[in-house]
Amino acid sequence: MNHMTEDRNVWVFIEQNEGKIVDVSLELLAKGRELADRLESQLWAVLCGHKISKLIDQVIHHGADHVIAADHAELEYYRTLPYSRILKDAASKYQPYIFLVGATPNGRDLAPRVASALRVGLTADCTDLQIGDYNLKKENRVCKDLLYQIRPAFGGNIIATIVNPSTRPQMATVREGVMQRNEPDLTRIRKGRVEKVKVDFEPADLALKIISREMRAPTVHLKDAPVIVAAGAGVRNAQELHLIQELAHLLGGEVGASRAAVDAGLISHDHQVGQTGMTVRPRLYIAAGISGAIQHRAGMDKSNKIIAINTDPAAPIFQVAQYKIVGDLTEVLPMLIKALREKSK
Amino acid sequence: MSYNSIVFVKQVPDTRNISGEVMTKDGTMNRSALPAIFNPEDLNALEMALQARDQFGGKVTVISMGPPQAAAILREALFRGADQVILLTDRKFAGADTQATSYVLKCAVEKMGKFDLIFCGRQAIDGDTAQVGPQVAEKLGIPQITYAEGILGIEDNQVIVQRNLDSGTEIVNCALPCLMTVVGSANRPRPSSVRRRIEFKLSAIPAEYAALVKAWPEFENEQALEKYLDERGLKIPVWTAADLLLDETQIGLAGSPTQVHKINFVVLEAAESQDIPPTEDGIKALIEDLIREYVIG
Repeated sequence: MNHMTEDRNVWVFIEQNEGKIVDVSLELLAKGRELADRLESQLWAVLCGHKISKLIDQVIHHGADHVIAADHAELEYYRTLPYSRILKDAASKYQPYIFLVGATPNGRDLAPRVASALRVGLTADCTDLQIGDYNLKKENRVCKDLLYQIRPAFGGNIIATIVNPSTRPQMATVREGVMQRNEPDLTRIRKGRVEKVKVDFEPADLALKIISREMRAPTVHLKDAPVIVAAGAGVRNAQELHLIQELAHLLGGEVGASRAAVDAGLISHDHQVGQTGMTVRPRLYIAAGISGAIQHRAGMDKSNKIIAINTDPAAPIFQVAQYKIVGDLTEVLPMLIKALREKSK
Repeated sequence: MSYNSIVFVKQVPDTRNISGEVMTKDGTMNRSALPAIFNPEDLNALEMALQARDQFGGKVTVISMGPPQAAAILREALFRGADQVILLTDRKFAGADTQATSYVLKCAVEKMGKFDLIFCGRQAIDGDTAQVGPQVAEKLGIPQITYAEGILGIEDNQVIVQRNLDSGTEIVNCALPCLMTVVGSANRPRPSSVRRRIEFKLSAIPAEYAALVKAWPEFENEQALEKYLDERGLKIPVWTAADLLLDETQIGLAGSPTQVHKINFVVLEAAESQDIPPTEDGIKALIEDLIREYVIG
């Protein structure tokens, strides 16, 4: 393909769940808008579902110039094969420059299938995206304006910048919570074009059927919490966890956890912060009994203020903390609770 | 009715518990300090395949792509109950991204012939991409069931599977053949059996013969060892690029559409920090500070 004449459009897959667009898709529309403006190109969105006309407006309010909408009863709930057929056909037809998908469980199921079908490269779980040049040594040329796909690797110990110099679209999945979403702009509605795709499935696309699904509403809202009090392996039992819960409650925050605390069965995975959990950036993060493995720090080190409580003065968590308290959490947490109670009187 | 399964497994560096010995002061990594292990969720995939075999019959074939050292996890698979193992190894496979890896695995499946189920771990802990499973399924043109937590039944060439999504569970029904990626909560992998440990202790790939002859002086030379292994079915088959019908432009580093532009090692950031004494007064002063700076309150 002639790289001088391609459109360089940026595409975002819009994931909806029971008629509601998931957060990471809105975050990607904001990032996609920024990338498209930088490339002087357009932001396109691909939306699949059933009875989704309201969602189309919302996608345009959040920055899309063009929406490809597939509306069909078979698309009501996410399934790999029908969804990947829509994405693959649309991308083959229009040849986008960049295609972004949220790294949700569904997005991580869908994106590799589509990338394989298009025979293009895909980078998983990016935490940052930028535009930049790349020196393709084997062909002795510089690729201008590639997508830098930036992600942690090797258990979070390295940050890798990956590029797809030769295949289009450049595909990436992006972690939830690492990009900021934009406020909807209700005046944009005249600017967006809507293209409704005719959906025609083959029997093989419907080889998998959903018999039942049981989704629970999230009970933990780590991403939007202003304060997170997080428990680590140093929290040994339910009584000690109760101190964490009480402090979180007093501060109007949520309870977080390290992987060690989740693996120990102390608390459910919904609470996990870090590379295999949520990425958070609260105003205040209190790490209690967390040693601070890099996998954990990767999910919280952008917090505005960090207080670390640990008996081990050499614990790595102290290296990202503004306030270090070397001490036993069973003594320090009650002091924090007491000091806060006295202040609120 | 019996069902034949293929399980893909990977040998990975144990990135879960990276200690100070592994990360050096300048932020680089001492990889040799990391033990090479059986990727944890691949053990769950193997266990699911073994349980399906024990219940419905059939054969479990375990395949790994990697350097010759990966034979270690194939022996482990034999110890735990696999019927047959195959190592895919070739310098030409090196540097493969998920696209090039899934292509080689697809070619290996085609060489195997007929199968009903493919199992992989949801993801490997060295890259955490979770891409290879779906990409193999796509290249074979079969459905995929990701995040599989349990097989609820197989009949009439249909499998019923429970999936664990972060936000809930889903039960699906899928035509065979299909590929499943298995999550860690699916099962508790069986330990290796003592009987099988003894039976398969010497199972090896040719690259390991020299070391075995050294360790077992009763074998006069490598030929004698090979004859012994061959007679007992202990030779681990090795397939190279030449053994697979493949397009060499699609394998290894050259066949990988993604390229690494830059690696930054994560160095601990020394934030501007203050020590708070673990006393009533110290904590009280901290809370006052936080309120004054509008962090809380």
